[in-house]
Amino acid sequence: MAAGARPLRLSARQMTGSTDRRWRVAAGLAAVAALAVFLGGAGFALLAQADRTPNLFALASDRYLRGVVLFTLEQAALSTLLAVIGALPLAVALHRARFPGRGLVLRLFLLPQALPVLVGALAIIAVWGRNGVVSDLVATLGFGRLNVYGLSGILIAHTFFNLPLAARLMVAALDGVPAESWKLAGQLSLTPLTTFRLLEWPAIRTALPGATSLIFMLCVTSFTLVLTLGGGPGATTLEVAIYQALRYDFDPGLAVFLALIQIGLTALALAVTLRLGETTPGGFTLGRRARRYDPAQGFVRVLDLAVLAVGIAFVLSPFIATIVAGLRSDLVALLADPNVQRAAMTSGVVALAAATLALLLATPLLLARQALARSASSRRHAAWRGLFELSGSLVLVVPPIVIGAGWFLLLRRVTDVFAAAPFVVIATNAVMAMPFIVRILAPALATSAERHDRLAESLGLFGLARLRHVEWPALKAPLALSFAFALALSLGDLGAMALFGSQDFVTLPYLLLQRMGSYRTADAAGLALLLGALCLALMAFAERGFRPEEGR
Amino acid sequence: MPRMRPFPLSNDKEAPLGSLQSPSIFVVSAVAAIVFGAAAPAAAEEDKPSLTVYTYESFVADYGPGPQIKAGFEKICGCTVKWVGLEDGVAILNRLKLEGASTSADVVVGLDTNLIAEAKATGLFAPHGADTSAVDVPGGFSDPVFIPYDYGWFAVVYDSQAIGAPPQSLEELVSGNPEEKIAIEDPRSSTPGLGLLLWMKKVYGDSAEAKWRELSKRILTVTPGWSEAYGLLTSGEVPMVLSYTTSPAYHVIEEESDRYRAAAFDEGHYIQIEVAGRIASSDHPDLARDFLAYLISPAAQDVLPTTNWMLPAAATASPLPDAFKELVTPDKTLSFDPQTVADSRRAWTQEWLQALGR
Repeated sequence: MAAGARPLRLSARQMTGSTDRRWRVAAGLAAVAALAVFLGGAGFALLAQADRTPNLFALASDRYLRGVVLFTLEQAALSTLLAVIGALPLAVALHRARFPGRGLVLRLFLLPQALPVLVGALAIIAVWGRNGVVSDLVATLGFGRLNVYGLSGILIAHTFFNLPLAARLMVAALDGVPAESWKLAGQLSLTPLTTFRLLEWPAIRTALPGATSLIFMLCVTSFTLVLTLGGGPGATTLEVAIYQALRYDFDPGLAVFLALIQIGLTALALAVTLRLGETTPGGFTLGRRARRYDPAQGFVRVLDLAVLAVGIAFVLSPFIATIVAGLRSDLVALLADPNVQRAAMTSGVVALAAATLALLLATPLLLARQALARSASSRRHAAWRGLFELSGSLVLVVPPIVIGAGWFLLLRRVTDVFAAAPFVVIATNAVMAMPFIVRILAPALATSAERHDRLAESLGLFGLARLRHVEWPALKAPLALSFAFALALSLGDLGAMALFGSQDFVTLPYLLLQRMGSYRTADAAGLALLLGALCLALMAFAERGFRPEEGR
Repeated sequence: MPRMRPFPLSNDKEAPLGSLQSPSIFVVSAVAAIVFGAAAPAAAEEDKPSLTVYTYESFVADYGPGPQIKAGFEKICGCTVKWVGLEDGVAILNRLKLEGASTSADVVVGLDTNLIAEAKATGLFAPHGADTSAVDVPGGFSDPVFIPYDYGWFAVVYDSQAIGAPPQSLEELVSGNPEEKIAIEDPRSSTPGLGLLLWMKKVYGDSAEAKWRELSKRILTVTPGWSEAYGLLTSGEVPMVLSYTTSPAYHVIEEESDRYRAAAFDEGHYIQIEVAGRIASSDHPDLARDFLAYLISPAAQDVLPTTNWMLPAAATASPLPDAFKELVTPDKTLSFDPQTVADSRRAWTQEWLQALGR
């Protein structure tokens, strides 16, 4: 603590530990209330509308809707399977192979998560579409061209986004194996197969439940990919069906019904996630590698390099496609286009506002939780702490499109939906970022509390002074990271935007979708490059900030 | 229905990313842009009233009829035309239902005869009050509320370099080689999509659902609007698309190419008559009425064939280009009356969903 050495002038001399705590809890409760109003308002609107749905039974027995639910589950299960099974050899090879660029590869595997989904979808079409690179290759080999629309495209895209995540989680698990074990394996000259059975597999297995359920959850709630690559009623997920019920059929009753099923499904998936996997780490750290002593075997080495080459090509190719196609477009003209400028402005404002709001909501929540943890009667407060903890993650259960749908229906009664659109989108984006922010801030706050709590108490450091001298220095860096993360998330968002976008409210992803729609392919490619580069830059900044000081 | 050309971009402003370097200015100007964004164009042309026209996207694109129609009408009206381009025809109706009486539209261009009964039921439209004696469309459509401005027959347009033997009938389309794909539009958002739905229903009646299930093997994807689907054809992603008999005229006139052709079907072709109407709650009823009248005047009718690539609904000043003479002219025109469509659209769409769903 920087200020600990010199005498502190306390602004509120009367303030005691308990008043300080009360203030913090009050601020936390205010944040919870704001969240409750926002999410609850959406829920209320949906349920109020549900009263007027006469025939839930008819909906439930609708063959098409049953198909939608089944497809939602089927594509999520298959995507998860592909991502996890594909990640397994990749993680093993990545951990075993000795080559200089390992850190770089791990960093590459971070990128898909930072890439706006729409940009990813466009890139997938460029690589895997009928006229894509892979199709050309397959065609010259004498096979038919690939079809990227429908289930196959969705699976490829989901694998692109989630396989690297799974691989990172597995590598993190392998990094957790003590160095002595590797040394022993080397001394015993264990074969690669035995090493896998005795060391690698048990380590990876611990990461599997968490990784599997997390990826399943992400795929169940997939919207943008299914919208762009779905290809019609045969490949529609619940999220897309909710969107269509509102924008195509204008059928609020149906939207409510679908939203309830969606919430039920995600709640179930989240429950499994929480039960199976303790909070999944590995999102940001690059991991420290223990030295391995595998016997040098040419065959294994070749195999590793082959697996790595395929994996890297798979993950890297969409990025290359985005860059190549983007550079081919007239970027200068695109930047000069007033429509693009306005969309960029709108995106900037929405993202800044959303990121700020997200921090304003998440920080009091976490401070309140920490304040309760520090109080003497902490056991009594366990329920309250749980409340603060849970509120941050609530949005995982209620997908953005459902929140959007709720507010859409509610606002429709009082005002012009499209006039209120920016506010709803900002709030939705902010809430979407919260689970991630909580995950970034909470550990930093806990560490700081552990180090400085007693000293601060004994110095009688409370209130704003405490915030300034204790929490601020500890949270500065993670706050910046959270802010960058929330910015990137909001910049790339299409979920809330798809519902609320209109002629007068166009963000960059929405403009991109429009240009894709009117087949201004070159424009779309250029925009995709700009948007992708912006988000990746923000994430790179975030990732850099989060690396521990001793890191490379 | 038009096709895309290189998109000319104006060069008058500084790049937005440059302004990111001074965050405070960026934020302030961006907030200002959002708050005052809607008011800005109005302020520039304060003295002139502004007429808001909802239409589909390809109508307002710079290769579409929008720019010329706007320029032509603004010359005589002393007003400003503000286009709002939505995905496609059915999306316009959805948007109107959503906005209800608070809609900012004065005029709507781009519904078709299949939708007018439903559109009238919203109670948002007022009688057009224009002289329609010059209008001449197949079947002699006439309506007090909606005014036809062009028409065409739906047709499967194919890439002759990718398909050797195009289907000669709807039946051949349905039962043909599943490896030769077609892109169609979603009937819930697009009038061509709805057109194919009605075409199938007209030809197959109660067995339409089974036929859709058979056809679904050939469907590459279902797009929300016409322009996405047609873009898939021209970019080579798909060899067939649901479009119009008039589409090849574009390629002949603009690209001097006969690569893309319309397939003539034995069962006949479903017709689309595109209509425009005015909103009752508009602040500028007279301007709206004038706009509708302008739309069927020879000046506007001259523009439509070679920008919207449809056939004119009223007399033109100059004869149609030769390319239009070589188009497929259906022996038999198919259509439902608007009320039947209004009564059954939901059920038929449901049937379509079930056939194409899993």
